[in-house]
Amino acid sequence: MTNSRNKPLSASTVAQPALGTSPKPRTRSNQVAARRLITSLLKHGALIFFGLFFIFPLIWMLSTALKTDRQVLSYPPSWVPSPVMWSNFIDAFFFVPFGTYLINTLIVTLLSVIGVVVSSVLPAYAFARMEWPGREWVFVLVISTIMLPFQVTMIPLYVIFSRIGWTNTLLPLIVPHFFGNAFFIFLFRQFFRGIPNELSDAALIDGAGELRILTSIILPLSKPAIMVVALFQFLNSWNDFLTPLIYLNDTRWFTISLGLAQMQSSYGLSRFSLIMAATSLFTVPVIILFFFAQRSFIQGITFTGMKG
Amino acid sequence: MTAAATRSQAEQRKQRKRFWKAMAFCSPWLIGFLCFGVIPIIASFYFSFTTYSVLQPPRWIGLDNYISMLTSDRLFWLALGNTLYYTVLSNLIGIVLALSLAMLLNMNVHGMTVYRTIYYIPVIIPIVASSIVWLWLFNPQYGVLNLLVRNLGIAPIPWLTDPGWSKPSLVLMSLWSVGNAVVIFLAGLQDVPKELLEAAELDGANEFQRIRSVMIPIITPVILFNLVIGLIGGFQVFSQAYIMTNGGPADSTLFYSLYLYQNAFRFFKMGYAAGMAWVLFLIILVATLLVFRSSSRWVHYSGE
Repeated sequence: MTNSRNKPLSASTVAQPALGTSPKPRTRSNQVAARRLITSLLKHGALIFFGLFFIFPLIWMLSTALKTDRQVLSYPPSWVPSPVMWSNFIDAFFFVPFGTYLINTLIVTLLSVIGVVVSSVLPAYAFARMEWPGREWVFVLVISTIMLPFQVTMIPLYVIFSRIGWTNTLLPLIVPHFFGNAFFIFLFRQFFRGIPNELSDAALIDGAGELRILTSIILPLSKPAIMVVALFQFLNSWNDFLTPLIYLNDTRWFTISLGLAQMQSSYGLSRFSLIMAATSLFTVPVIILFFFAQRSFIQGITFTGMKG
Repeated sequence: MTAAATRSQAEQRKQRKRFWKAMAFCSPWLIGFLCFGVIPIIASFYFSFTTYSVLQPPRWIGLDNYISMLTSDRLFWLALGNTLYYTVLSNLIGIVLALSLAMLLNMNVHGMTVYRTIYYIPVIIPIVASSIVWLWLFNPQYGVLNLLVRNLGIAPIPWLTDPGWSKPSLVLMSLWSVGNAVVIFLAGLQDVPKELLEAAELDGANEFQRIRSVMIPIITPVILFNLVIGLIGGFQVFSQAYIMTNGGPADSTLFYSLYLYQNAFRFFKMGYAAGMAWVLFLIILVATLLVFRSSSRWVHYSGE
């Protein structure tokens, strides 16, 4: 009983002193400015602190890549390489068959990107812009496959691919991407649905087939979505470690991921500057790509994140 | 009568034609789903009831794989525990950190996009590259982290060489790629209606109250999304442990997927590994369902 009467009362008594002690206008504006400066400094301080946390390991990677092996293992660690061993990058390239790894990785990556775009666009079109019985039901099936962890199909896939003699070839890393990817089908579908119907209706009246509409109307308008999917798949293939690890054990077919992991486990600290140089060669193209395609990246992440 | 019948027949034929046309468009996915989905799923389920070394054909042993997994395999439970530890800790800290950073970035700071870019870069770094780089940062003698620690006057930390430190170290490393969640949170925060925040300010709410009672409720769906994605990823953590510690020291970083991989491709216990994969699927499914179940209590959906 007393509680309900107490509450509003105590609230007003709290508000009272704040009103009573209001400072003079000038000092107040100074105070506000000072407070704003302090909060701004704090904000940027925190942001820079975390920025260092995120960027520092990469700077350290590059710095180590440019050192001599002796400087790498000197104590205490020094920040700046001297002498600057630009030659490490060339040495790393020939110390392991990096060129072979690079070509393998490029083949896998480029073919996977092409395959996944072509094979995801078609089903997405059927889900987004065609009317047919059972459409929603099949779409739910597509989406539900996203939930399935890779580990469940990993073993039978390995058995199948080794039966047909595909181990130690790049095929298991490429071929599955020519059969659509549920997540990308979803992404394309969302995008296609946003394209106004009037555009394709006109073409339909003119007698164009669905395939024609897809290639001549929908796809030219879907460049941002294609860009996002291509980028995501590029990263998937370029960065993948588990799939090559399972299927490849002949260095002739190694991807860079696999080659680097092997380099690390067989040489470790003894040739560490070369390992770091190779790691940089592996990483820098991805970072450059990111800078060029940053907007697509951010769009893609937020797009999928928001619709999820 | 006959006219209506032929009309409905014609309609049916048209429907059928539409269906097959759509199937043609879906065929890449359908064929893939059959070859790389349905068949492997059935095979994997079958393998899980057999003992199978690839060299010899699978031999039916009923529930033995599941029984020995659950009752007599110490490493199975250890790996499960390690994975839960890693998943829970990296997700909890990761979400709090990502949300805090996103809120900082959302406060009208100059150079927001520059910060956002820097925070995001680690996400795109190949896992093999980041594993090797962090292995180097964690190096007990020449690593930079211990140099910092020594400069602070603390004894060097056995980051990856002590069973008590190895998992926290990998959690720390996981925070490095928190940028993905930051970007998603930031987009969610930018969708928070300005009027709501202004209304709260007029009502006398301070910054902290505005965050707690306006922003957080509105972005709870985004928290849910990041949590689910993070859980699924956490349960499948593999490459870091494979490259950096190979499960050691003293099996302290033997994660579920690593142990599954070892069973399949090192010990060639394919049947056992297939069984483990199904248990993993079940665990992920239950965890996701639990999170979704709990979400009705804490996730706030604004009316459409």
